Amino acid sequence: MAACSAAGVDIPRFCYHQRLSIAGNCRMCLVEVEKSPKPVASCAMPAGPGMNIKTDTPLVKKAREGVMEFLLINHPLDCPICDQGGECDLQDQSMHFGSDRGRFTEMKRSVQDKNLGPLVKTVMTRCIHCTRCVRFATEVAGVQDLGMTGRGNASEIGTYVEKAMESELSGNVIDLCPVGALTSKPYAFTARNWELKSTESVDVSDAMGQNIRVDSRGVEVMRIVPVQNDAVNEEWISDKARFQYDGLKRQRLNVPLVKGSKGLLESATWEEALVAAKDAISKVKGNEMSFIAGKLADAESLIALKDLANRLGSGNLKVEVSAPHLDADVRSNYLANSTISGIDRADVILLIGSNPRVEAPVFNARIRKTFLDGAHVAMVGEQADLTFPVEHLGTGPDALAAILKGSPMLKRLKKAQRPAIIVGPGVLNRPDSAAVLQQVHELVEKADVVREGWNGYNVLHDTASRVAALDIGFMPSARSASAPAPKLVYLLGSDDFDPADVPADAFVIYQGHHGDNGAARANIVLPGAAYTEKNATYVNFEGRTQRTKAAVPRVGDARSDWSIIRALSEVLEKPLPYSTTDEVRARLADMAPHFAQVDTVQSPMWLNGEYFQAFKDRAGKAAVEKQAFSSSISNFFQTDVISRTSINMAKCVQTRASLAHK
Amino acid sequence: MLVRGSRAAARELQKSVLRTFSAQASPPPPSPPPSEKTSYGGLKDEDRIFTNLYRQGDPFIKGAMARGDWYRTKDLVVKGSDWIVNEMKKSGLRGRGGAGFPSGLKWSFMPKVSDGRPSYLVVNADESEPGTCKDREIMRHDPHKLIEGCLIAGVGMRARAGYIYIRGEYYNERLALERALSEAYAKGFLGKNACGSGYDFDLNIAYGAGAYICGEETALIESLEGKQGKPRLKPPFPANVGLYGCPTTVTNVETVAVAPTILRRGPEWFASFGRKNNAGTKLFCISGHVNTPCTVEEELSIPLKELIERHAGGVRGGWDNLLAIIPGGSSVPCLPKRICDDVLMDFDALKEAQSGLGTAAVIVMDKSTDIIDAIARLSYFYKHESCGQCTPCREGAPWLYDIMTRMKKGDARLEEIDMLWEVTKQIEGHTICALGDAAAWPVQGLIRHFRPEMEERIGRFCEQIAA
Repeated sequence: MAACSAAGVDIPRFCYHQRLSIAGNCRMCLVEVEKSPKPVASCAMPAGPGMNIKTDTPLVKKAREGVMEFLLINHPLDCPICDQGGECDLQDQSMHFGSDRGRFTEMKRSVQDKNLGPLVKTVMTRCIHCTRCVRFATEVAGVQDLGMTGRGNASEIGTYVEKAMESELSGNVIDLCPVGALTSKPYAFTARNWELKSTESVDVSDAMGQNIRVDSRGVEVMRIVPVQNDAVNEEWISDKARFQYDGLKRQRLNVPLVKGSKGLLESATWEEALVAAKDAISKVKGNEMSFIAGKLADAESLIALKDLANRLGSGNLKVEVSAPHLDADVRSNYLANSTISGIDRADVILLIGSNPRVEAPVFNARIRKTFLDGAHVAMVGEQADLTFPVEHLGTGPDALAAILKGSPMLKRLKKAQRPAIIVGPGVLNRPDSAAVLQQVHELVEKADVVREGWNGYNVLHDTASRVAALDIGFMPSARSASAPAPKLVYLLGSDDFDPADVPADAFVIYQGHHGDNGAARANIVLPGAAYTEKNATYVNFEGRTQRTKAAVPRVGDARSDWSIIRALSEVLEKPLPYSTTDEVRARLADMAPHFAQVDTVQSPMWLNGEYFQAFKDRAGKAAVEKQAFSSSISNFFQTDVISRTSINMAKCVQTRASLAHK
Repeated sequence: MLVRGSRAAARELQKSVLRTFSAQASPPPPSPPPSEKTSYGGLKDEDRIFTNLYRQGDPFIKGAMARGDWYRTKDLVVKGSDWIVNEMKKSGLRGRGGAGFPSGLKWSFMPKVSDGRPSYLVVNADESEPGTCKDREIMRHDPHKLIEGCLIAGVGMRARAGYIYIRGEYYNERLALERALSEAYAKGFLGKNACGSGYDFDLNIAYGAGAYICGEETALIESLEGKQGKPRLKPPFPANVGLYGCPTTVTNVETVAVAPTILRRGPEWFASFGRKNNAGTKLFCISGHVNTPCTVEEELSIPLKELIERHAGGVRGGWDNLLAIIPGGSSVPCLPKRICDDVLMDFDALKEAQSGLGTAAVIVMDKSTDIIDAIARLSYFYKHESCGQCTPCREGAPWLYDIMTRMKKGDARLEEIDMLWEVTKQIEGHTICALGDAAAWPVQGLIRHFRPEMEERIGRFCEQIAA
């Protein structure tokens, strides 16, 4: 089949999928091969030299027509009420290859629907038993939940016992299903696909930068589906990326708010709000102001806020849930240097303080693939089920010390062709991360993880804004350590801030798109745009610059984030030197050239020896604490404001809890 | 009656058989052999391989050894794999499981030099084809023939171990075989240094849960591995990637069980039976409307009529009361009396008659039979046993059954007979395994030979409705 595609001949198929194993059971792709008495399934037939394949003979046409007829005899004629209608492989192919009339006069089969949880809706009567979903679940997602039971005409796809699919990637079976048997539950009966406007964009629910397509109708996001990008997410996305969109419609901030005399937030005009902000800002000294960016902040607003803060004389910049000891100076020390696709080639992988299954499920599926290709995967950190067997070497820094002392793992890393170390948020977010990082650095050097043509040092981040913030240098300045307690705090979409960073008497300006912790604490609220509503730049954890595109208009009176900061600077009479998106991006590119190179990874220079030494000198000999590395994410489905307001995600949490309860 | 050709003629025949088999990968097309031998059948007692088919003697080790099993097996083993495979090729033995692939050739596909993986022999004792009951007779009455055959075949394929996969319903057969197996181990015939030959060979017995599809070789392997019995895609063929990913050959019980006798008595002896390319003796299972249904060993190429008259006491009510015969198990097309009159029972003759020898399970139907109902029942069987993997078989087999149910009553239109034919053609050859073909063939046989009956039935139904 691949050979035919290369030759420009498209062969119809249902069960075949290039990222899944070959089942060869739909029989739609039958072709005639010279010297073979029977038509052969082209998906399973390796092409040989001198092979003569015929794809348009009467025999092939007849075979396809026959298979199509068989597929349709037990397929219900409910296309008008089927969500797959309009993008259904069966519909399309029956138009192309099917007969023009039916001969089936018997009763059709009907199958009981299954409950696969709150995300995937099933209409099993429509199932054509291609088993793509079963193969996806077992091969890519790594859960044994789906399978085929029964025999012959009575065979059914389902979970063996009634239960939800326990995977973070379950939504992908919806795309894989060539018919309407598995469809999206939240999207059910809300729109037809030809009414939708599609916008290719980037997801921000984790730091991977999964490529997505936002399908919208009017002002509403109707659904989110993956876009193929082999270097990032292949063609999968996590359930959070796919289903959190309903959170975009709830609890939104749509007008500026200012705290009135009664102590309540009251709606205001932009002018009133900005003037109120100016009044508050002019009352405090530069060093008494602190700026905290949230998980979803884009690069444009980060640079604008940094420029503004510096103009106001403040260096107190911070990203919430900070990794205090990551250094913005050397790019290779905070990126996944192997790159996401490069992990495919690794042969030994050591995870330190990382649970990729919750931090970046699609990346976890990629590590799983590498494991299946024969790589050895080990982890140091709290025990977790990564959907594949992992050698667990211990939970805390002492296990790391044991490896350094010369455990078999060290030898394994040394012997490997392409060893990879992945440092996760479980290390970065610890108060003693400086000391742990020194251990990691030592291990990197000792095990020779960075070699000619291969850099195996990887940092896995958990928030979309982190890498861009480091690239820009959105970090506390050297002076900020001695700064007094802030009297004014500017929160850029920050809702998970450390309460210690926002003193009770501080004046708080919150800029963001959802009414959550930040807005609740704020004295002034400036409504911003969510990722589906703005053209913004994000950098994923391998250092790939990607841009979201506005799919739907902003809500109410909200503005895009960097322009709010630009407007504020104007009111403060310290105008920023850019006024269009292109100019902001030019400023970004000035600061770091990779911002101008969208969708590419610039492999950073590796300055290990000197950098590690410098890090050691600066951080000194800090004590390592005993406690285990634990992932920053305890609840995969609810990690930021959007997913916390999403009902879909809440239902997932509920389902998981009930599964755990059972 | 049997007229044995001269020695020279037999040798001549032998040479031509050899030539064809060594040059070609698939069974050669049937061509009338210039053989002096012109009539077949009437196998003499001294030429029978299965001498305890009717349990006249002790099936177990004592009786078996008295009948000549395990006699100097070591000598056969030490002659080596190439010798065994060559002798099998010379004998002209074709697989007894239904497809009739030359056994020696099949065994020779196994790797000569291991790449580190062990090779396995798998014996298909999942005898589920309706009408077939030959393997069970071997297993319960002559189990040592099979076990000895496993060792020989195992050596021939350079296999480290063998598995006998018995269908779940064969409970007593399993017990007999297990007893025989432990006897063989006790005697040192199996295991380390089997028969003192220096060759290590282990044999295990596994049992299925009674699915017809597990008789398909790759489905059997899947089932043996503990998975759902669903046929695998080929290529890769089992001889390359089989059980647990290792080179494997799956053979029928009868094929394996005849091997030691062939080697002892010489391939020429075996090849002297039957027409060219259809050598040897074979167990025939005769059931249905005959006076004495039986399983009998006979020479291949025996005329069907003679087989029934000689061994099964003739058709109930005489040969003229015959309606149709299914000559090779339920999956092959039936033959009407006019063809049965003079057809020979071998692979090529039956293929020429657009049927097949299959497992040589002869199902006889006399004129009291409702042939449409009989075939409809077979359609039900295939609908029930389809594994559900490939579309044509999963969807097509039930459809056939639905139409056949109506045809049984005559509740159909005349055009639907042609439609039925087309549907069977849409299934045949379009699936991973041959179950799709097996579902299609009986219906094709019915339409080919009994179309007038079907039309008449429809006409009668229409009249009834009108009245």
